[in-house]
Parts: sequence; structure tokens; C-alpha cells
Amino acid sequence: MIKKPRFLDKVAKQLRAIGSSDNGDPDRGLLLFTNTSDVIKAERALKKENLEISVKGPPPTVRTGCDLAIEFDLNVALKVAHILAEHRIEPLNIIPIKDVLLEPVSLFQTKDYGEFLMVRAANMKITIRKEDARIVNISGGGCPDVPYLADQLVGKTLGDCPPPISMGRTLCGYALHLAYEELKRACHC
Amino acid sequence: MSLLIVGTVPSEDIPLLDGKCTFKDGHIKIGLHEFPVNRGTPALIAFACEVARLLGIDPPQALLAGDIGKGDGSERVYSRLCDTVSNREQKFIVFHYLMPDVHWLGRIMIRIQDLPKRPVMIADAGFMYVAKMGGMAQEFDLFTPDVGEMAFLADDSAPHPFYTRGFLLNESLRIPELINMAYQNENAARYLLVKGKVDYVASRDGIVAEISEPSIENMEPIGGTGDSLTGIVSALITAGEDIQTAAISACKINRFMGLLAKPTPAWGIKDFLPFLSTAIQESKNCP
Repeated sequence: MIKKPRFLDKVAKQLRAIGSSDNGDPDRGLLLFTNTSDVIKAERALKKENLEISVKGPPPTVRTGCDLAIEFDLNVALKVAHILAEHRIEPLNIIPIKDVLLEPVSLFQTKDYGEFLMVRAANMKITIRKEDARIVNISGGGCPDVPYLADQLVGKTLGDCPPPISMGRTLCGYALHLAYEELKRACHC
Repeated sequence: MSLLIVGTVPSEDIPLLDGKCTFKDGHIKIGLHEFPVNRGTPALIAFACEVARLLGIDPPQALLAGDIGKGDGSERVYSRLCDTVSNREQKFIVFHYLMPDVHWLGRIMIRIQDLPKRPVMIADAGFMYVAKMGGMAQEFDLFTPDVGEMAFLADDSAPHPFYTRGFLLNESLRIPELINMAYQNENAARYLLVKGKVDYVASRDGIVAEISEPSIENMEPIGGTGDSLTGIVSALITAGEDIQTAAISACKINRFMGLLAKPTPAWGIKDFLPFLSTAIQESKNCP
């Protein structure tokens, strides 16, 4: 018999608490995690199952510094819990929400350097050589995974490099991934 | 008097290091450990070391650990800084690539506020983010944001550049307006050095300098050009220049390096180091 992951009980308890909370009538929940890389893994797992979720900034009361959270429809809370359990991703907490949350950056700036093309998302920039879509530079950012991601990605092509989201662990890493996706769209890669 | 550089190295193999830095043959050396200069804190250290050498002042000290984004190295650095900041000799501190953590910021700032004489504090990258998020921006003497980070400082509600509201990232909003918003919301250090197509040096009283020449378009995509600027300005301040003068000089030096090097967007930051010495001389002749 497959042992039920302990955290499913924890999730069930948290969901019951949401149901009996005096926080009005929330229809959305927020999954909080200990680190951004768990958020990225959870986002991938939940999106693969076609669940409508979105990555948001947590409310100020639960922020620590480099935070990302996943907003989901409370009606599919158990399904969410099962998917996360299947992938062994344990949220730190689940909280009900009614307030409007911070949206990740969605504005991109593209700059053409002739032989090269650069895309910026928030504080992150990624540049490729147009001829072969090879990443020649990554700049900006302030979280410690940025120099590491640059070491791993510079020199590879958009077609053969792992997506930044697979190695990134912070909001800067996530912003770099958004710039990378935008660059792929711009190059039809 | 020397400079303390606090940051991380993008490697899992680097333990907590706290000591004098040397730069030789493209590598930083601290104690028995060596690592290459690409971008991030190692680039800042390389430029600070070279400026210190050229000006004849003590080489910088560094407090570093390996961190690839897990936050473990940053935590070791924060902890060591918290334990030692009250007794350190360095009167100038530059904070760089560190995992933003508002709890550690608070603990460190309490120690610093208790000192009879506060060090001159410069913040860039992750530590600038957390200084703003933690409401401590005004405790700092200099921030060195780029344009995207300037929009973040101007946005009172954003805890990280990732959440900067779109209208603030729109290029139609001019940098002077963003600087003004950051000061109004108390989210700026005593001085700001905003690096971009035009570099701005500003204080609460307004913009004190705009540096736009020489203009090298290809510098923007190159990873580490902001780190070099922060390294240069930190070393100039440590050498005795006032913050405003040092910020203006550093902008010119960084630009002259670009002019002399004639880079493509595919260059690495270490490729600029051979041009530093001449750039310092050339910048002195630039009004």
C-alpha cells in the first residue's frame, strides 16, 4: 500500500482552517513555499495538469525578501494538494486571499544591436547573436543565482540551453526566464 | 583604512572567506582560494583591487561565500557580518550579490546603528533590494541602480524589481522623475548613481550631475559593467574622494574603458580590465 504523504494531512488541515476562517468568503488560495525554486517546480507541475494558477507576490505580512507564491482556485485545492504530493513538493503554508496581489513584471523591452538582440524584463537582460541564436551575455539582477545562471547559459543557443527556470532559484532567475521566453518568441525559436 | 566587500561567488565550492583580496592573472585570491572574474561580486572585487593598486591604497578585504541561489552562502555571510561588524577595522562597506533577506538586514543594521561611528555604506544588487524593501534605504550612503532597478526604487509597493509596476518601467517616464519619486518615498540612499544611457548622480536635493559621454551603446548588454562601476566608485571613495565626486569620476572611467576597448555585446567584463589604467587618466581630462 502506498503511504499517504504526511503533508496531505497538513494540507487538509490548512484547507479546513481556511473554510472556517473569518476572512470573508475567499475564493482563492495562496501556496507559500520556503524558497523560490519550490515555487518554480510547483508551477511547472500544476501547469502540466492544466490547472489555472498564477505566480504572484505574497502579501506584505508574509514576505521575507525574495518571495514568490502561487495563486489558485480554492475549488481545486485538493487536486492541487495531490499533484504537489505526487511531485514531493511541500508548501510551507496555504492561506486564503481576497486582496489584490502583486503581479510579476510583464513589460519587455527589446533592443536591436544589428548583429545582436537584447531583451529586458524588469532588471534582467539577455542578449543573443542573431545569426545562430547563441546567448552572448546576461546582465542585470541582484540575486546570487544570476552570475551562476550566466555561467551556465552564456555560449549556448536558445535551442540547446536548459530554460533558466530549471536552474534559477530566485525572482531574478524567474525574471531572466521571462526575458528568455520573450526572446524565443521574438526569434521564433 | 580599507574597503570591505560583502557578497557571494557563483560556485558551491567556495566556503566562507574573510580576508584580503588580491587580483592576478584574471583570478581573485583570498587566502588559499582562487576564483575567476566573470560577473557579479568577483567582477566588483577585481575592479576595486585594480583601482586600489593604481591609487596606492590598501587592497580591499572581502567577506564572501559560494552561493548559486540557494541562499546558504548568503546566510553564512550575513551571520559572519553580524558577529564581526562591531569590531571590524574597515570604515567603508559595499554590499553586493546577496539573497535579499529582511530579517538578516534588520539584525545587521541594529549592530551598525549601535556603532559610535557608522561606516560609509554602499549597496548594489540584492542588498540594495532588501535595504529598500526593509525600509532602510536612507541608512545608506550610495545606491548604484540601473534603469530597471531605479524604477523599482521609485515604486513604493514593489518588494523586488520583479514586481515593479509596468508604468514605471515604461521608458516614457524619465529617470529624473523616478529619482524624485524614490526620494519622496524615502526609498533612496543619500546619493544615487543611476547607470544607463545617461548616468545620473543625484541626492535628495536633486540631480547633481548627468554623464553621457563618451557614449558606448554596446556596454549595456555586457554582464558585469554595473559591477565594475560599483567596484570603481567604492575604491575611489575609500581613497578619500567625496561620494559625489567619486560617483561622477567612476561613471567617466567606466565609459572611457568602453571607448578604449570598443567592445561588441558579446564581450566579458574581464576584457575591460587592461583599459582601466588609461581610462582613469583619460577621465581626468574630461570636463
